[in-house]
Amino acid sequence: MLKTFFLGIVLGLVAAAGALYALPAVDQVRESSIVTVAPNGGNAEVFHINIPMDRIMSGVPGQTATVPPGLQWPDDESLAGVRAELFKIRNARDTVVGVAVRGVGEKDGEEIIDWVLHVPARGSVFVNMEVVPREGGYRIGEIRAGSQEFASMSGFLTERWVVNESGGEDAPAGRIELQATYVGQLEPLDPAESIE
Amino acid sequence: MKYIVSLVLGLLVGVGIFAAGLLFNPFIAEQGLSPLSVTNAEVITLNFANVPAESIAYTNDGESLQKPHPEKILQLWEAPIRMTSAMVTVMRGARNQAAGIGVKFMSNSESTRLLNGEMIVDSVWYVYLPEHGSFFIEQTENYFPFIREVAFPAWRSSANSWRGDWLGDLSNGPGALGTATVVGGSGRLEGLIMEGVESMTVQAFSSDSGLVSAEGRLLIELPASEFADDDELESP
Repeated sequence: MLKTFFLGIVLGLVAAAGALYALPAVDQVRESSIVTVAPNGGNAEVFHINIPMDRIMSGVPGQTATVPPGLQWPDDESLAGVRAELFKIRNARDTVVGVAVRGVGEKDGEEIIDWVLHVPARGSVFVNMEVVPREGGYRIGEIRAGSQEFASMSGFLTERWVVNESGGEDAPAGRIELQATYVGQLEPLDPAESIE
Repeated sequence: MKYIVSLVLGLLVGVGIFAAGLLFNPFIAEQGLSPLSVTNAEVITLNFANVPAESIAYTNDGESLQKPHPEKILQLWEAPIRMTSAMVTVMRGARNQAAGIGVKFMSNSESTRLLNGEMIVDSVWYVYLPEHGSFFIEQTENYFPFIREVAFPAWRSSANSWRGDWLGDLSNGPGALGTATVVGGSGRLEGLIMEGVESMTVQAFSSDSGLVSAEGRLLIELPASEFADDDELESP
């Protein structure tokens, strides 16, 4: 019986080690990305944010009706020109795929607008927007940095506000449309492969 | 029958020994001193509250140890973002003055390898400092030392809590020395590629409600010759 007990210990050790090795500790849910080829090169992907239902937080100095209720945005004088909004972002199928922050800062008359999009299974993108909207009411910004899947990509992001005119009772007031255009880095072919 | 009972008992003991070995494995090395702690370069030091209730806003799936703050904030319950949390906090300079706003997104990473002592979280920061501009931090963090030295002792204690003084670097990459990658976006930091380290000090932790008393710190190393005359946010 003692031998069986010791055999059980060995089996327990092996089973625990095997389970930890073979089974993933974390398995993120992936929504397949909906990417199209842009006419002038690169790949385009469209995200959107339904307003107000996808707004997680709106940090604006001096606001009375806060989102979420009870939010205490710092009233420090040095942060007077700082605003930040947190959103859930959706793909073209209207499925939530990530979260994003839109940061706005103003100092000595100089304004900045930044976006960070975070898609858990894929990575993040950091974008600096032009402050002045272009003709047609959209802003464009350059992808400054990315992580994981987006690490080697450069490109642009456009933002525009689209009003919802459906008039439905539960319909959003509108949506912020974000179109990312990715351009990957050129990677030299393996010499052996190129000869073939 | 008695053989089956002894086999099952043996299995349970084996799994227990394995779990104990994993937690107290001497071959899982401590990360040691951060390379930025001994740098001669200029650094930006930013401190922030790590306890959700002390932050401006914190949200997750609503079922995790840390409770969302404020209470009525939208929760991240949808499947693709269920393992993600978001925090908005005031970043404070070395003299504890408000220096800017920081937003952190954290997602459990599929590169987690418990066998190697790696409990990895993929995280990014967006930080805006009115005096300096905005920057983006990309990093992987390893929470295994924190779990081993703080969370597990709290769970084991009869009061379900831990008190002490724990200090650890969370940053674990992508830099070769376990540093985070920092990219300047605007203002005086525009275009700069830097390295950073995030660390955490914990004084109290509860296995029922998470962090009770804790503070985070970001250390950003500036490239040589940048900010040579700046003393406002310089580290001690």
